[in-house]
This record gives sequence, C-alpha cells and structure tokens, in this order.
Amino acid sequence: MSKINSRTLGSRLKEQAIEKFFLLNGLLAVLVLLGIFILLLLQAWPAVKELGVKAFAESRWDPTSPVQERYGIGALLVGTLMVSIGAMAIAVPIGIATAAWLADVAGNRLREIIKPVIEILAAIPSVVVGFLGLVVLNPLLARLFHTSSGLNAVNGSILLAIMALPTIISISEDAIISVPQELKSASLALGANKWQTLIRVTIPSALSGIVAAIMLGLGRAIGETMTVLMVCGNAAAMPHSYLDPVRTMTATIAIELGETVQGGTHYYSLFVIAFVLFILTFLVNLVSDLVLQRFQEVRR
Amino acid sequence: MNKRLFVILLAVLGVTTSAVSQNFIQIKGSDTSVNLVQRLAEVYMEKDPKTAIAVTGGGSGVGIAALIANKVQIADASRPMKEKEYAAAKENGVLAVEIAIGIDALSVIVNHDNPIQSLSMAQVGAIFRGEISNWKDLGGPNLPISLYGRQPSSGTYVFFQEHVLGNKDYSAKMKQMNGNAQIIEAVSADKAAISYCGVGYVFAENGEVHSGIKVLDIDNGNKNPVSPLLKENITNGKYPIARALYQYTNGKPKANVKSFVGFILSPDGQKIVEEMGFYPVSGVYLDNNKKAGF
Repeated sequence: MSKINSRTLGSRLKEQAIEKFFLLNGLLAVLVLLGIFILLLLQAWPAVKELGVKAFAESRWDPTSPVQERYGIGALLVGTLMVSIGAMAIAVPIGIATAAWLADVAGNRLREIIKPVIEILAAIPSVVVGFLGLVVLNPLLARLFHTSSGLNAVNGSILLAIMALPTIISISEDAIISVPQELKSASLALGANKWQTLIRVTIPSALSGIVAAIMLGLGRAIGETMTVLMVCGNAAAMPHSYLDPVRTMTATIAIELGETVQGGTHYYSLFVIAFVLFILTFLVNLVSDLVLQRFQEVRR
Repeated sequence: MNKRLFVILLAVLGVTTSAVSQNFIQIKGSDTSVNLVQRLAEVYMEKDPKTAIAVTGGGSGVGIAALIANKVQIADASRPMKEKEYAAAKENGVLAVEIAIGIDALSVIVNHDNPIQSLSMAQVGAIFRGEISNWKDLGGPNLPISLYGRQPSSGTYVFFQEHVLGNKDYSAKMKQMNGNAQIIEAVSADKAAISYCGVGYVFAENGEVHSGIKVLDIDNGNKNPVSPLLKENITNGKYPIARALYQYTNGKPKANVKSFVGFILSPDGQKIVEEMGFYPVSGVYLDNNKKAGF
C-alpha cells in the first residue's frame, strides 16, 4: 500500500519537474528577447543623451564627415521601407498564386517535388543572391530602365522578393490546403467553377494564414543585410524613386560597426539604428502573430 | 579518473594555445592591400612553415580598430593613422608603430566608353563633392555623372576625402561599394561612372587594365596630366595622389612579426609588391621604416 503511494508521489514529482523544465525553456526565449531589448536600449542611450532625439530625426546619415557629423536616420528608414515594401509588392502576388496552384491545382506528386524545391530556395546564402544582383541584375536593370546603373531600390526589391518567396509560399500553401474540403465542395455544388471557388471561397477562408505568411516574409526582408548591402548602392542621399540607390539600416550597421571605436558616439548611434530596426521587426512580427491567432480561432 | 582526464585536457589546451599565439600572425585591415599581403604571406609561409599568417580585409578603419583593441598583431592601412586613433591606442596600452610596405598610386577610373582621358585634381574633387554633375561640363557626353566610392571604413575613402576633396563631404549621391572588386564590376557596367581604387586593382588576371574600365591621367593643376600606371610618374613624385600602404604593429616588430615584415621589405618581397601592381617603398618612407627597426 505504502509502496504504491510512494510510486505515485515519485511520478507526480517527475511530472512536475518535466513541466518546470518546459516552462523554463519557454521563459528562456522570452528572457533572450528581453535581454536583447535591454542591451539595445542601454547601448543606444548614450548617443541619444549626447545628441538628442532630434539629431536622429534628420534625413542625412554621415557620422564620419570632416565638416559636420550627421546622425539622421530618415534616409536609412525610407531606404529600408522602400526595399521591403517593393519586395512584398513583387513576392505577394507571385507567392499567393504559387501557393494556390500548389494546394489546389497541382497534383500530389507534382507538389511533393516542387514544394521542397521552393524551400531549398530559402537555403541559398544571401551573399550569393547579392552577387547575382551585382553581376546579372545590375546591367539588366540599367538597360531596361535606361539608367546608367542598376544598383538601386528595384534591384534590392527583386532579390529580397526572391528570398521572401519560400516563406510566403510555404506558409500560404499550408493555410490554403487546410481549408476544409466541405467548404469547397459546397461551393462547387452551388454551381461555382474551380476558379470561382478558389478566388471567392478558398483564399478568403485561408486569408489570415496568408497574411501571417506575408508578415513573416516582410520581417525577413526588413532584416536582410548582405544582399541589400551589395546591390542597393548604399548612397546616403534621400531616395526619390525606386531607380535611386538606397541605403538600408541593416547595411549601415554592417558596414560601420567594425571600424567604430567601442564606446564612441558613432558606435552608440549605430545601436540607435539597431533599436529602431528592432522595434520595426517587432511590430511586424506582433501583427503577424495577432493575425495567426485569429486564424487559429477561426479554424477552431 | 574524470579529474585526471580533466587535468590532461587542460594541459593539452594550454600547450596548443601558447603554441598558436607564438607562431600565429593575425593581420587585418585595408582592402587595398589585402590581396598583396595575402600573396606575401603565402610566399613567406612556404619559407617558414612553422608560422601561420591569417590575412583579412574589411577596411583600414577596421584593421586599426582591431589593433587598438589589441586583437591583431598587424593592422594593414592605406592611410596614415589619425591622431585620435593614436590616442585611443595609447589609452589601451598599444603603442602603434608605422611601417610603409609599398606605394600605391590611387587611380581614378571611368567606364571604358567614356571619351574623357584626363582630369585635374580640382575637377576630380568637384565631381566627388557633387559640384560637377554632368559629363558635358567636362567636355564629355550629356550624361549625369554616376559616382561610386568606398565606405567610411575604407582607408581609400578617407585618404581620397582628405587629399582630393579637400576634407569636404562626399556627395550624398555617391554609391558606396563594399570592396575594390565591386567597384571595378560597377564601373565596367555603368557608362556614366567614375570611381577610385588602388592601382593594384585596375589590372585583370592577364596583367592588362580591365577591359571595362579606363584609368584617367591626373594633373596637379599644371595642365600636365600623368598616368598612375607608369612607375616613373610615381618615383619622381609627379602623380599627385600616390600614397604609402602601411602596416601598424604594437611596438617595434619582434620575433616572427619582425621576420615577416622584414621579408616584405626585402628585394624578394618588394618584387611581389610590384608584381601585384603596386610600387616599391622609396624616399622618405625608407627613413621612416628605419625608425621601426628596418
């Protein structure tokens, strides 16, 4: 009798220990995120204290200027937004169309070949994609748009679109394929053809999953560094069109962090950029999370 | 048992790390001289197989920052260290010693199809400050000038800003490229391009100037432009934007660092410098090197 009791007590303890272990793992991710946030805040603070928020609200970034050091992140922010939004403008239609085709039109065998191939696309190192942009897209875009150079926002957008496509296609396809067959059957039974069913029933039902996919793709595009550093031209001037060279926030940090003296104003001001970037990607991820949550509720 | 294993492991680790620190030379810095120093290191390591040398680029600023932080034995730089940097080094207990290992003729390059043959220093400065923005103002075609340069971490960027732009700001429209190879690539593809790079980078594998680019003759306001590609223009001081390529060490070079730098400055080493498209150390730089013990 007492033996059985002690065994149940033991297994209960074990269960609790396992529970605590998983809780700890969950907390760890939160702690890391919080740690990064605090680190960025602490490292950015000296620059904000010294220069004031206003200095960063200017458009021009040139911290090593011999005439006047400038710390405005306006042009960098615009550059990042232009390239990421441009990338989404290209990747979203292509991504959703591909996902819909994979989920609804392509047969099982074809899907089993093509989906992994698309996912391999995500594994191409960004420096290789950047090299492609430099050597292939650069002269091509220059000829197409009659500009002297193809190192501009369009080039970056196209490459980032290619890099965001696997994420968008893969997650959208999961969302579209999990739309219940009854919904589609009902639509077909009411006389809608396959195309009408796809556009009016299937995609709207999967919409929140698709939006989440887009947001994750956008987060990927905003954070990408090497590719945009290589193909966007990195000019510090405020861009006026997609044919202008742009400089992104990530590229600026990557280029300049190595040469700055640790503890200098320039060093700390790079953390201000990093902090703004963090907030930006955090917002994008938050929105995608909220949308995903809704998606799951609807499915339940 | 476990304890003994641990002690043995520690001992092995200790031996290997001390061996590494003695025979390992870490070099970082200038992208202009990275290929040159890499070649020098390869030849040197054949002669002295016990020494391992790692050479990485990133820009003179990156190398100097690493030397200040005492993370490398040698910093490559295509510009002299700034007073500010000497002070920062001193604060960290690093006494930077300067050695010139070669001379570079900073070359101004345009697309091969550009009809312009030569420019004055003043014109080049005005172009990169953004004051002249169309090739027709220089007697060329009616085409907006497309500026390419390096990034602030590059010694070439800083040297060019100080000596050609008169220490003024670069035009904000200048596209900042991540290395010399990217500059050559971009200028070859852009008919309106102008850029600058170390003379060692204008040559292709076959020893000729890259087919897509043209190296301009430069004059110092005396209407007598000279080419950076002729050795005599550098040795007689006529080419206006020649500069030394430096190595900085913490204190006077000792042991295998001294023997490596000594090799670079030897006739064999200087021959490699010339083979890579640069020019051998001469003149005042030789006296300066004597102070570092060479």
